[in-house]
Amino acid sequence: MRTCAMPETPTRGASLLAFVVTAVIGAVGAVALLGAVARGATPEETIAGGARRVVKLYGAGGVRGLEAYQTGILVSPQGHIVTVLSTVLDSDGIDCVLDDGRRYPATLLGADPRRELAVLSIAGEDLPCYELPTLDEAAPAQAGAAVGGVSPGTRVFALSNLFGVAVGDERVSAQHGVISSIVPLEARRGAHEAPYRGNVYILDCTTSNPGSAGGALIDWRGRLVGMLGKELRATATGVWLNYALPVDEVARGYRSVLGAGVDALATPEPDGLPYDVALLGIVLVPDLLDKTPPFVESIRDGSVSAGAGLRADDLLVAVNGRSVASRSAVQQRLAALADGDPVQVTVIRDGGIVECDLGPKPRAGGKP
Amino acid sequence: MALTAGELPAVEIPAGVRAAERARIEAIARGSRAAVAIFAGEAGGGSGVLVSADGYALTNFHVVQPAGVAMKCGLSDGRLYDAVLVGLDPTGDVALVKLVGRDDFPFAELADSDLVEVGDFCFAAGNPFLLATDFRPSISAGIVSGTRRYQFPAGTILEYADCLQVDAAINPGNSGGGLFDAEGRVIGVNGRASFEKRGRVNVGVGYAISSNQLRQFLGCLKGGRLVDHATLGATVATADDGRVVVSDILESSDAYRRGLRYDDEVVSLAGRPVRTVNALKNILGTLPAGWRVPLVYRRAGRRREVLVRLAGLHTSGELAKIVSGGAETETPGEGEEKRPGRPGDSAPHGDGQKPAVDIPPALAGLYEPRNGFTNFHFNAVELDRVARRVATRHPFPAGDAAWVVSGSLEKGQPFRIELSDQRATIDLPTGTSSIDATGELDATPAPPGSGGLLAALVLWRRLLREGPATLGRTTYWGTVPHWSTEPPTDGQAGAGDLTAAPGTRGGAPLVDVLDTAAASVEGRFLVADDGFVLGIDLWPTPDADPCEVRFSPGEGLPTAMEVRHGDEVFGRFRIERIDVEAPAEGRQDTDAETPADGGTT
Repeated sequence: MRTCAMPETPTRGASLLAFVVTAVIGAVGAVALLGAVARGATPEETIAGGARRVVKLYGAGGVRGLEAYQTGILVSPQGHIVTVLSTVLDSDGIDCVLDDGRRYPATLLGADPRRELAVLSIAGEDLPCYELPTLDEAAPAQAGAAVGGVSPGTRVFALSNLFGVAVGDERVSAQHGVISSIVPLEARRGAHEAPYRGNVYILDCTTSNPGSAGGALIDWRGRLVGMLGKELRATATGVWLNYALPVDEVARGYRSVLGAGVDALATPEPDGLPYDVALLGIVLVPDLLDKTPPFVESIRDGSVSAGAGLRADDLLVAVNGRSVASRSAVQQRLAALADGDPVQVTVIRDGGIVECDLGPKPRAGGKP
Repeated sequence: MALTAGELPAVEIPAGVRAAERARIEAIARGSRAAVAIFAGEAGGGSGVLVSADGYALTNFHVVQPAGVAMKCGLSDGRLYDAVLVGLDPTGDVALVKLVGRDDFPFAELADSDLVEVGDFCFAAGNPFLLATDFRPSISAGIVSGTRRYQFPAGTILEYADCLQVDAAINPGNSGGGLFDAEGRVIGVNGRASFEKRGRVNVGVGYAISSNQLRQFLGCLKGGRLVDHATLGATVATADDGRVVVSDILESSDAYRRGLRYDDEVVSLAGRPVRTVNALKNILGTLPAGWRVPLVYRRAGRRREVLVRLAGLHTSGELAKIVSGGAETETPGEGEEKRPGRPGDSAPHGDGQKPAVDIPPALAGLYEPRNGFTNFHFNAVELDRVARRVATRHPFPAGDAAWVVSGSLEKGQPFRIELSDQRATIDLPTGTSSIDATGELDATPAPPGSGGLLAALVLWRRLLREGPATLGRTTYWGTVPHWSTEPPTDGQAGAGDLTAAPGTRGGAPLVDVLDTAAASVEGRFLVADDGFVLGIDLWPTPDADPCEVRFSPGEGLPTAMEVRHGDEVFGRFRIERIDVEAPAEGRQDTDAETPADGGTT
């Protein structure tokens, strides 16, 4: 007997039939749509309930190929939002619009760079939200196996601000699909390998659309089962992937950010991730181009860089005397240094050259 | 684990699920029968959907544009039919065509798209990539992903307002085809999709023009018109406190004449709340130019409710230029599926050159070009239909007998109106007014304050007695909502609720309109389904408030008449009798006295 998406008997029959019908006439399971809702909420109600917990996010971007919007999921009544870590968040002014049209400024609480997950906060109260599983409950998703009732074949709805279609109090878009498989992610974006290598849900509906990332993947009972991933291509085939980060990984990422506080943004992962200049308190302009000039977007107050006199709009031209032509070159140069090595950066400011001594390179996980 | 055939018998399929499956198969079969594969020759093609047994089918403007006036349409029965272009709405990307050769075409009913919810099952039946060489449509199923979506126009056309968003696959060639609900009724016409970096293939984001928008334009389209969309004559912006306020307004607009001013808050239009700028665009984008809808606005805490006439977005010249392949159509919006074709086709769509009008024999007599119209032949068809109904409903004797309309005003004072071929005279407690009915009717609107009641009644008598032919240049305009007498007021949600049952527009049924330009005035007749002339709007001068006459239907004749001009009620007339007097020439009318229904004679 096949493992079924829905553990309850009445829905099991319906989902099985859906597979049969799908095989026979090659259409999407409308019978399932009708049959599975004999009990409980209708799909319309399930989607409406889920959409209230999904927010539209607006930040940096707007350049061709890089949208300035994405999606987020409310995970606490006080306004914590999980979303994907992306260039959209490279902005001092992130706007968050709720399902009912209320607009809040959002603050970046921190990020989990390995899962490419960020946590935002808005000043809300009693907001509708999903409760993420506690870490003890959440076992990592196993390839091909059921986790918390979620297995290949589970029918799902994807709720997201795809293409920025919904604005104001307009509801995010709903797509329907099936979790096709649970496999480790091997994907890249351009030349950049996706850092997360754990299991993801591969979906049969097209969710790799602009703005979809950070959206909610819910099952037919309205439970949050995952967060829609970024627009990535499979490393092996180059095919655009429609995937979601399982909810247990979302929960881990969320708790790690909360546990680590703001500094989680600076927590480098042990698996050889690019060194993050944020360790030094430097926020560079979004990496939009092949060779984005390493302009300083902002400097975190109280950081070593602030102490050393670096300023917004400085252009980094050299690290320890070796020229850096792009944002990625800065990261590489810094990554090549050992912890504790002295860090000296050369910047161009108002047409002149300025040297800044940042002291010893901060240790991974240490305070900037 | 694979499901093997051997396991199948063990599955107990609940009867409800089997019934649901059967229902879906039937719905798809119904939708398939109404699906049309449209071929535009070299230019490609698309899809359409039949909405009446006599062969009217809806599709997209951008599908028929390269096809020209005549096209070939395939149905799921495998047969190819000739079709002729009837009406165009380039702004809304809608076209109406008529298939010929049968009077029993299979068709799908237009559902009420306001009832569609996100998550509803839906399917598209069309001809993606022009795959259907046997004309049997491809079916793609999905759910409704969003409702009331707004998709920006390309220039001023191809605007998708208040549209449905679906994750059913909408690919090039699906354009113009029907989007159906679980019962196989049309909830929209697919026409557009969001595409991104992966080329022009579906990514789970398609858009359909809602069936309610289509219904609102259908009358105009059937009249062979080149239909324009509405504008309020005002722009709005979101104020700091979130209110939608007027940021600019044309002084020549009806909204201005009805009192709307800069910085007023727009509360609702056409019965739908306006909470965002997009919401207003969504409402306006589904309304034909020339419609009159309720507007609610607020100033200094005071709420005002008026009916506003909506002007057109374009001049007729601009529309004609767009249709003839003007430059504007060459810049479709993001993702606009402009020219469906086979994958890999080198897309040999002529660069703006339209095929010469070459009418196949089957369509002979069904096309007549005329400025401002798509196909004037169909205007004559609709005009004739309405004229017949009017004549049947108002069996006045022909000839030049004078009519004497008499009765009482609200406070009981008598009135008398005499209408003859030569003069129109009204006796009111305030005095007597008279106009010459033989010449121009625009000289002096009489009686004073009415805006031209006597001129309106002269035209009314001519229409009822002789039909539209005697009126001057008369055409069929389309359909408009007929608001009873008062604009909807707060708390009477039903009265102005455009979201109510289809066809009724919330107490404002869609009625036929005849447009006439005669004796230097412009008139507009509202005609009920049974042929009763519900009213006349008469403009002695354009861009000013018309004289509005509304008749209350009785069994035979009107029982009452209300006359408005601008924001004022000129008078409410209780009609007690209409006498057809012996003509001056001595021709006798034996049945000279026609008591009005409900009147006291």
